[in-house]
Amino acid sequence: MRMLRPSWQAVAALVCCLVAFALPGMSTLELEARANPAAVIDYPFMGTGGLVVGLLVLGALASMIRLSVWGEAVILLFAAHFAAWLLLTGIMGYEGSALAPFFLLIAAGWLLVWRLVVVLSGIRTTNRSLEWTLRLVIPAIFGAWLLIIWEAATRGFGIPFILLPPPSSIGVRIASSLPVLAADVRQTIFKSVLIGYVLGCGAGFAVAILADRVDFLRRGLLPIGNMVSALPIIGVAPIMVMWFGFDWHSKAAVVVIMTFFPMLVNTVTGLAASGAMERDLMRTYASSYWQTLFKLRLPAAAPFIFNALKINSTLALIGAIVAEFFGTPVVGMGFRISTEVGRMNIDMVWAEIAVAAIAGSVFYGVVALIERAATFWHPSVRGG
Amino acid sequence: MMSFRDKIWPVSAILLVLLVIWYAGAILMNAPFQRDLNRRGDVDVTFSQFVGQTLSQQKPTLPAPHQVAKNVFENTFLRKVTSNRSLVYHSWVTLSSTVLGFAFGTALGVLIAVGIVHIKALERSLMPWIIASQTIPILAIAPMIIVVLAAVNVTGIIPKAMISTYLSFFPVAVGMVKGLRSPELTHLDLMHTYNASKAQTFWKLRVPASVPFLFASMKVAVAASLVGAIVGELPTGAVAGIGSKLLAGAYYSQTIDIWAALVAGSVVAALLVTIVDLTGRLVERAMGARPA
Repeated sequence: MRMLRPSWQAVAALVCCLVAFALPGMSTLELEARANPAAVIDYPFMGTGGLVVGLLVLGALASMIRLSVWGEAVILLFAAHFAAWLLLTGIMGYEGSALAPFFLLIAAGWLLVWRLVVVLSGIRTTNRSLEWTLRLVIPAIFGAWLLIIWEAATRGFGIPFILLPPPSSIGVRIASSLPVLAADVRQTIFKSVLIGYVLGCGAGFAVAILADRVDFLRRGLLPIGNMVSALPIIGVAPIMVMWFGFDWHSKAAVVVIMTFFPMLVNTVTGLAASGAMERDLMRTYASSYWQTLFKLRLPAAAPFIFNALKINSTLALIGAIVAEFFGTPVVGMGFRISTEVGRMNIDMVWAEIAVAAIAGSVFYGVVALIERAATFWHPSVRGG
Repeated sequence: MMSFRDKIWPVSAILLVLLVIWYAGAILMNAPFQRDLNRRGDVDVTFSQFVGQTLSQQKPTLPAPHQVAKNVFENTFLRKVTSNRSLVYHSWVTLSSTVLGFAFGTALGVLIAVGIVHIKALERSLMPWIIASQTIPILAIAPMIIVVLAAVNVTGIIPKAMISTYLSFFPVAVGMVKGLRSPELTHLDLMHTYNASKAQTFWKLRVPASVPFLFASMKVAVAASLVGAIVGELPTGAVAGIGSKLLAGAYYSQTIDIWAALVAGSVVAALLVTIVDLTGRLVERAMGARPA
């Protein structure tokens, strides 16, 4: 058995490291310091440059040795992330001075992580909890490296703060303005979105039941509902603001209109999902319309209804935020975004977007969890 | 599948009911202001005159359908298409960035889908993020993209098209992954027995199988693309486009203009979806698909 198992990612990482090592300096400041040794110039990576290169080279080499999968994964994880941490903390304070070696080393780290993801994706396991951990860890590593590359690019190239702030300063901003963000979330999510969402989905559901009872209504509403879902409904926002005023009522109204039609169409489709055999069986039991509805057809429609609830969770958030562009009291996520853009406080805007993203994911996640609990019998949940 | 004749009566009946409700709503919602106006002007009117007044206000709370229709007709057919007040002009501005963004978004979505289907590491790391990104209100960053790009002198159609691209590539990517994976195991086995290469399997089996999925998701994407373009015009004081028309209407309380812009947006949306749908049908027929 051969001792080495080279992967192209590790080889490419090695090449990156060697080129970076061969080039004269990691930053413009370092070149300056080399040019006139008499002057005292602070430059980034004074002591850590060699350490970073060494880490990456060792990581790349070690990953090629025939180790167990886990040994390789741990080595790669440690080498790539420790090197990235050194690189990012090193460049801080010297924005815009980085030269090619800095980016080559970041690229080397990224290649090692790529190898890591390939290794992790290749793991076959029957252990369920391990499987779940892997399913979370792999995208988490990918997301982390998205942030690392973002941070390295903004700091390394010295991209103007107004254009794209580095993630670390967005994080600092979030931490320092928690009360403002909390007030915005309270206004937008807990008032506009949730109330509008409940009313809109409830109304859509009720009309769907009504349409189910009256066939004429169903045949008329379904094509209209399908067509409306393609229209830019968000455009009613200014009208709602005019009718219901600047406070959360108008935003809730927009959310109601936006969530109504997906719920209607999906519920009507779902109510037709139960099989003819099952419905015949209910008839042989002499069950009434409502008994059939609650015991057979609504459970059968549940996957469709939850699908609409999930679609609506995103739509509701979008509707509320965009409606705030048309006028609000001085609080709310959409209001904050549009005013802070005007004042060029881009980090605050990104903080608000991060909060919106988290809120959206949590909202979606909660609906998805309820779905798993409610439709545990469905093949897509059982994994059968 | 319901036939056209099954649908036409219920749909028109419901549309008629909606129209009646709209008129009733217009009368009711405009009445307080009109009553106030008449009281101040000391005008005594009969009931039918009063109804007529509520339906012909300059800036009604809810404009009557015929007012909107008149506005749309005037601004569509009676003005030069280059005029700043022409709806055709504004629709064209929005439409061009929609189509550009949609084209980029579709291409990007297809590329990502091909990558995901063929590279396991990409699937495991990227797919969860694509799904998670659909839970994020991406539209919220639209104003920022525009303002920030304007700060570095990128203005005009590109920033708006970028928002459309962003919104439209998710549905295409997800639909395309599903489509490229849709061939059954037996078909893949058949290709295997033919000793087909990976590229041959891709072009001769996976791509044709994915076409219906592609067009289904393109319909969703084109609608999202239009919403992106409209919202992209909102916060920036854009001078032209359906979104700027909405915003201007909101500032000056020109309710009839807002409704007319909404109608224009809906017409554009219907047009785009229909075009994508028809293209999809033609392509499927050319590829020898039989209607199910």
